[in-house]
Amino acid sequence: MATEFHNLQELRHSASLANKVFVQRDYSEGTTCKFQTKFPSELESRIERTLFEDTVKTLNNYYAEAEKIGGQSYLEGCLACATAYLIFLCMETRYEKVLKKIAKYIQEQNEKVYAPRGLLITDPIERGMRVIEISIYEDRGSSGSSSGSSSVSGSTAR
Amino acid sequence: MHLGVSESMRECEYSQISTRSSTPMETPYKKRAPKKRKWRSFPGRNKFYCNGRIMMAKQTGVFYLTLVLILVTCGLFFTFDCRFLAVELTPAIPVIGGVLFLFVLGTLLRTSFSDPGVLPRASPDEAADLERQIDVANGSTGYRPPPRTKEVVINGQTVKLKYCFTCKIFRPPRASHCSLCDNCVERFDHHCPWVGNCVGRRNYRFFYMFILSLSFLTIFIFAFVITHIILRSHQNGFLTVLKDSPARYPFTEVVVCFFSVWSIVGLSGFHTYLISSNQTTNEDIKGSWSSKRGKDNHNPYSYGNIFTNCCAALCGPLPPSLIDRRGFIQSDTPQLAPPTNGITMYGATQSQQSHMISSAECRTYQSPARGGRR
Repeated sequence: MATEFHNLQELRHSASLANKVFVQRDYSEGTTCKFQTKFPSELESRIERTLFEDTVKTLNNYYAEAEKIGGQSYLEGCLACATAYLIFLCMETRYEKVLKKIAKYIQEQNEKVYAPRGLLITDPIERGMRVIEISIYEDRGSSGSSSGSSSVSGSTAR
Repeated sequence: MHLGVSESMRECEYSQISTRSSTPMETPYKKRAPKKRKWRSFPGRNKFYCNGRIMMAKQTGVFYLTLVLILVTCGLFFTFDCRFLAVELTPAIPVIGGVLFLFVLGTLLRTSFSDPGVLPRASPDEAADLERQIDVANGSTGYRPPPRTKEVVINGQTVKLKYCFTCKIFRPPRASHCSLCDNCVERFDHHCPWVGNCVGRRNYRFFYMFILSLSFLTIFIFAFVITHIILRSHQNGFLTVLKDSPARYPFTEVVVCFFSVWSIVGLSGFHTYLISSNQTTNEDIKGSWSSKRGKDNHNPYSYGNIFTNCCAALCGPLPPSLIDRRGFIQSDTPQLAPPTNGITMYGATQSQQSHMISSAECRTYQSPARGGRR
């Protein structure tokens, strides 16, 4: 029964989706994009707390980098303003560059950490930056039974 | 004759039968073949052009009026006044006017055509999860739906987040639902019919630069048209200027500029005040942060100094569009299996979604029956 998923596609096809966990935004410091680092109880049997917190903190750091107001953003803003903001039609903004980094990081984390545990993270940009969506997968065999089986399959996934 | 009629009827019947039998076969095939872009099934009331590159509100009549007013006034200015002024005064006038005009047009089009910061609606799973949280928080007592608000503390100020029943989300702070476009817009400022779009987080700076440059342009044109009239009347007398046909147009411009200059300059002054205090029109009208509401009431988004507020609003990083308008709709996104913990309301929508393919199959079996009823 010990099944490990190295490939994300493989996981999507060979296991069935059991539940989804949503990590909400943290607005305590304003409207900059930041997610709560509170550990969701549904993941307790699946992943170590520190691994999850590391991921969310890294994501938060990336978003903070993207939304940082400083010399570079002023330069970009003034340059864009001088061209009546038409330069953005052919130039990538800093935010978009960071978003690409984030997408790469999530892909990497999914492959290394989450998929072997039967979990998958969805890039927040696909959910309107409101939530980090974590899908919990179960083996096909145990999918017939109800939600009570999540802890069982969690142990087998490891 | 009889025979002919019956034959044609029979043909008719045959053709009917053939179409009936072919359509159910074709429907699933057609659905799979072309990839649909996401803007085609966008739930808000918006118009899209250029295959989703351009996004505007549904009513765009007033936007075209704005465009015509700017183009006609500037056209008259450049054809009649500039020629005279370039010869009489300095050729710098048409150059400065031209640059200002291009800047105004560029920023106007950027404001009108870009996504103002629309928040995508919640996916069925996310909505179901929120519903569950609300039920837990309120307890399932009573038949009356409890008020759906969530309180968060932002920089020491308590802010209420309202639940949006259309978008199925708790609106993030500063977001508001635009009733005209039927979208939640981030850092919603106002819906501006003149630019034919909402003004929100993503196009506020374009909008501000538009009204600022437009007020400069109006003052510029107004001043130089009057200079033109004065110079001409010194040469020929005021009455001959009035009668002189090409120079009559300056009066049209004077009228347009005179009436628009007050509102536009006033508006850019108002928005300069808003930017320097990091507020939105929406918050200013509601008086969200006014000290009348309480002693400790303050704007939690302000950086505390006018200069930083201005820089953040105009030169801060430009956030990305959250609605992937040009992306393709993927039918195989994994959905949750039918409900496990007995939430009936959302269970129904979920199972509908997850059995998309099976329902398409059902349709193929149902459609001949429906055709027969007709």
